[in-house]
Amino acid sequence: MEVDSLYQELILDHYKRPHGRGLREPFGAEVHHVNPTCGDEITLRVDLSDDDVVRDVSYDGQGCSISQASASILYEQVVGQSRKDAEGILAAFLELMHGRGQVEPNEEILGDAIAFAGVAKYPARVKCALLSWLAWEDAVLRIRAERNGSNG
Amino acid sequence: MSLTVADGRLDVSSLRHDFPILGRTVRNGNPLVYLDSGATSQKPVQVLDAEREFYEKHNAAVHRGAHLLAEEATDAYEASRSTIAAFIGASADEIVFTKNATEALNLVAFAFGTATALWEHGSGPGPDEDRFVLRPGDEIAVTEFEHHANLVPWQELCRRTGAVLRVITITEGGRLDSASLAAVICERTRVVAFTHQSNVLGTVLPVDQVVAAARAVGALVVLDACQSVPHQKVNVAELGVDLLAFSGHKMLGPTGIGVLWGRNSLLNSMPPFLTGGSMIETVWQYESTFAMAPQRFEAGVPMAAQAVGLAAACDYLESVGLDRITNHEQELTALALAELGAIPGLRVLGPTDTDARGGAVAFTVDGIHPHDVGQLLDDRGIAVRVGHHCAWPLHRRLDAVASTRASFYLYNEASEVHALADGVRAAIKYFGAS
Ligand SMILES: Cc1ncc(COP(=O)(O)O)c(C=O)c1O
Repeated sequence: MEVDSLYQELILDHYKRPHGRGLREPFGAEVHHVNPTCGDEITLRVDLSDDDVVRDVSYDGQGCSISQASASILYEQVVGQSRKDAEGILAAFLELMHGRGQVEPNEEILGDAIAFAGVAKYPARVKCALLSWLAWEDAVLRIRAERNGSNG
Repeated sequence: MSLTVADGRLDVSSLRHDFPILGRTVRNGNPLVYLDSGATSQKPVQVLDAEREFYEKHNAAVHRGAHLLAEEATDAYEASRSTIAAFIGASADEIVFTKNATEALNLVAFAFGTATALWEHGSGPGPDEDRFVLRPGDEIAVTEFEHHANLVPWQELCRRTGAVLRVITITEGGRLDSASLAAVICERTRVVAFTHQSNVLGTVLPVDQVVAAARAVGALVVLDACQSVPHQKVNVAELGVDLLAFSGHKMLGPTGIGVLWGRNSLLNSMPPFLTGGSMIETVWQYESTFAMAPQRFEAGVPMAAQAVGLAAACDYLESVGLDRITNHEQELTALALAELGAIPGLRVLGPTDTDARGGAVAFTVDGIHPHDVGQLLDDRGIAVRVGHHCAWPLHRRLDAVASTRASFYLYNEASEVHALADGVRAAIKYFGAS
């Protein structure tokens, strides 16, 4: 089945047994993102240390296998990374997702997130895969804006 | 065309030849099983040919110029209006062309907004427009069934005017709640806007009951007929509503054309929506007067080819027979309700019998998100709709984040319902749920 390229084992595993799920303290920002075409939603918190390490990403929400697995893999990939490195993973993930299946994924940067390569061939599902990642990006921006605000 | 077999049923396999797209294959080389006509219908060659012929032989800007082509194009456009009017038992001067039903419903909501603004600024409206003025305390009623197209324009109208939006609720079984209807409609109600047939649950609403309640308090009745006009015989004279909207693309016609129906005198008492060329009577440097309806609502060069295509779609539906189409869809719906209903963990949203119910069957599957159900169906060539189908409040009311919806039309076959049920069972197995 063609659809097996979308639903990689790894994605189904993360979907059935999500990692890092549930909202936790402490956190620097909490965001709520919605996919308006299907009503899927995620609430996501990011805890960023003073020296810019992603200490925790916690989340809750409802959605399809792709959006749920993507949040779980986001957690796996970015927690413990420096913000800079995490943003590098995000950039590679965005490039892969918008590549319509034409972008060669870089496993070194993406890690397990490489499992989403097949999603890029299903344009309608790209938004599902991106939901948590864009929420993470938004939360990090807010933390930084707040810090800049209080510094300046 | 001879599209029926001896006992008066539809000859679906012959009729399918009129729809070239139904012959194509999709993912994995599977033949297309198109179960998404609720979103938009496929088009028969008769409609495509009518549009092509218009462009090849008669194309010109309608209602402009005096050359031969302009005359022919105008004739084709106005003849289409007559055909479409007759299709719903109306006369041509009661038919306004819009880009789709969404625009038609907005046109009505904006008529209220404009009349109210004119009244507030003391620059009118004339006595005719008074029906469209909303005063403090006035209320607008909709139902929980509504598509966003018949909800958001009223929300926005309330925001602009201070009118209050009231909502008639539904029963657990997915029917209009009569008690709520009686409780919501009152002396303050100025408009009751509701759907004829739910695009999610398939429920056909009791129009006569709502009209009676609205009439008793002098409220204007606006009917969203998007999901009824394509599938059942609709006669505006029998319905008793004031205004009615539908889209061409859901009834075998082209995209880019919708219809607002209203009695000519009522249309003429409404202030215009979009303004500009074609809709005027006289234009001075600082002010203008407007043409009579329907021209008053058709600003700019209109969608002539789409009107011709929609008229061809009406002819096609007439020749097949609306009653036969309704019966055929009922059979498919009954089959779908039986087959899907027998799948453990599957919940059909809305009525589970075919009484006053059209061919939209939405469902949820325990433990599997509709996106994932839809993806597995797509892998087998089955096209369904997943999400909230532009009825988000309705889904919240039903405790469903989203749903999978199959919707049937004249070209669907029983084998496609079997394929749907097989596909859902396969999805359940694939995701290891239940
Ligand atoms: C009940 C109902 N109302 C309104 C609409 C809006 O139609 P359109 O998008 O063609 O304007 C639809 C179509 O999805 C519908 O099903």
